[in-house]
Amino acid sequence: MPRMLPEPTPETRHFWEGCKDGELRLQRCTDCTHSYFPPRAFCPKCGSRDIEVYKASGKGFLYSYVINHRPRPDMGTEPHSIAVVELEEGPRMMTNIVGCPQTPEALQLDMPVQVKFEKQTDDISLPLFEPAKG
Amino acid sequence: MKQNSVAVVGAAETTRMGKIPDVSVIGLHADAALNAMKDAGLKPSDIDGVATAGISPVELAHYLGITPTYADGTSVGGCSFMLHVRHAAAAINAGLANTILITHGESGRSRVGAGGFGRSASSLMGQFEMPFGVTSPPTMFTIPVLRYMKSRGYTEQDLANVAVIQREWAALNPRSSFKDPITVDDVLNSPMIAWPFRMLMCCLVTDGGGALILTSAERAKDFPQKPVYVLGTGESVETPMVSQMEDFTSSKAFRVSGKKAFDEAGISHSDVDHLMIYDAFAHLPLYGLEDLGFCKPGEAAGFINERNTAPASASGGVGKLPLNTNGGGLSYMHSGMYGMYALQESVRQMRGTAAAQIKDAKISVAHGVGGMFAASGTVIFSNEK
Repeated sequence: MPRMLPEPTPETRHFWEGCKDGELRLQRCTDCTHSYFPPRAFCPKCGSRDIEVYKASGKGFLYSYVINHRPRPDMGTEPHSIAVVELEEGPRMMTNIVGCPQTPEALQLDMPVQVKFEKQTDDISLPLFEPAKG
Repeated sequence: MKQNSVAVVGAAETTRMGKIPDVSVIGLHADAALNAMKDAGLKPSDIDGVATAGISPVELAHYLGITPTYADGTSVGGCSFMLHVRHAAAAINAGLANTILITHGESGRSRVGAGGFGRSASSLMGQFEMPFGVTSPPTMFTIPVLRYMKSRGYTEQDLANVAVIQREWAALNPRSSFKDPITVDDVLNSPMIAWPFRMLMCCLVTDGGGALILTSAERAKDFPQKPVYVLGTGESVETPMVSQMEDFTSSKAFRVSGKKAFDEAGISHSDVDHLMIYDAFAHLPLYGLEDLGFCKPGEAAGFINERNTAPASASGGVGKLPLNTNGGGLSYMHSGMYGMYALQESVRQMRGTAAAQIKDAKISVAHGVGGMFAASGTVIFSNEK
């Protein structure tokens, strides 16, 4: 069963193009400098339409998560993390933590993580996160 | 809203509760509506306003043969009915309608005539949450909780104890789905759903419904039931994506809605005799007690552990703030949009007809959540004018 994949819209296409190119792209307001996510064509803090897309560091820390034990056939048969990371630039996003055991012991809140893009189709790569190296 | 200007004059749940495989969703709405009309001594032709969520108010009005001058289809999840009460009170005060029917019906377990949970892959949730494996409320509503527990110093035992004490209330209610006592160990040994949540920390999935009828306080005294007045109301919404809630340790929608309702009612927390906090999962009463201002951040778990919200037991009398006295979504019933049942229990407590009746209760607060901390509605009832 294929994994449920996003369908980009005009307002989010830059983000998914970025993932395909191996870049985590955020937006920020050129008036008030606020960085934000998910993508939209204006700043949710001040309402300005003067915004820009930029390449984020891809670094952050594990903010919160669950380890799902419920059936979700497109995610495989083993329990898996569904996490929220807080990015260095401020916004938080949902993801999966990969590259470590899916256990409370291995998944410690506040541990540093870095983005790892996982190709799903020619169009879509998902931004997953793994424990930061080094 | 003008305090005590509007009252509940009809209130009822579906005739049956739990597993109802022979009634569709719209049929559950109608069953609850007819029961509430009987309670109020009214016929469909006496109703001139309708409000519902899940189905459209158009479907409801047509099905029941009502020609309304007021229709509210506010649909923000399980607290929609709190918002319907709030809007109905304003509408009655503004003269938009005289007698407003609010209904809920959901075939949560049997799924008879029920729609799917599907969300478009191009919605923000479809793009930025669904691809990571969230399934349904058990893997979404629970996302903020490890952060909350770390921030507050709460433990798995604290979550488990919420379920244990609500089961004590459920044991007093003949209509509860689950009545057998449970211990913290029982909860912590129940199957893992989504770490740190075990099965007994999650709500039931049942079929059922409920309905309310509101009219002006002036007219209310001519109805057969003791009027239950609307003293204050609040509502707010935050985000459709749980991952984007501003503060994982506190719901902005709870805080805004709760404060608005308390301000409108002109009461303080010590005036509250009875409290309902929508408990889709065991963490909701903890967030609710803190965000409504009954407890300081970090004190809600201790407050529950010390039996302040519990029924009388061998070791002492009923707590000073009886909470979720019907057994809650964890043990009474949960069809999907539980807010209606919290309102029903508040109305029963104010009428003096609850299964686990709180003696001399005069003020009851029903606080609801919609979606995964997406929305909130609060209604404060009083039985004195």
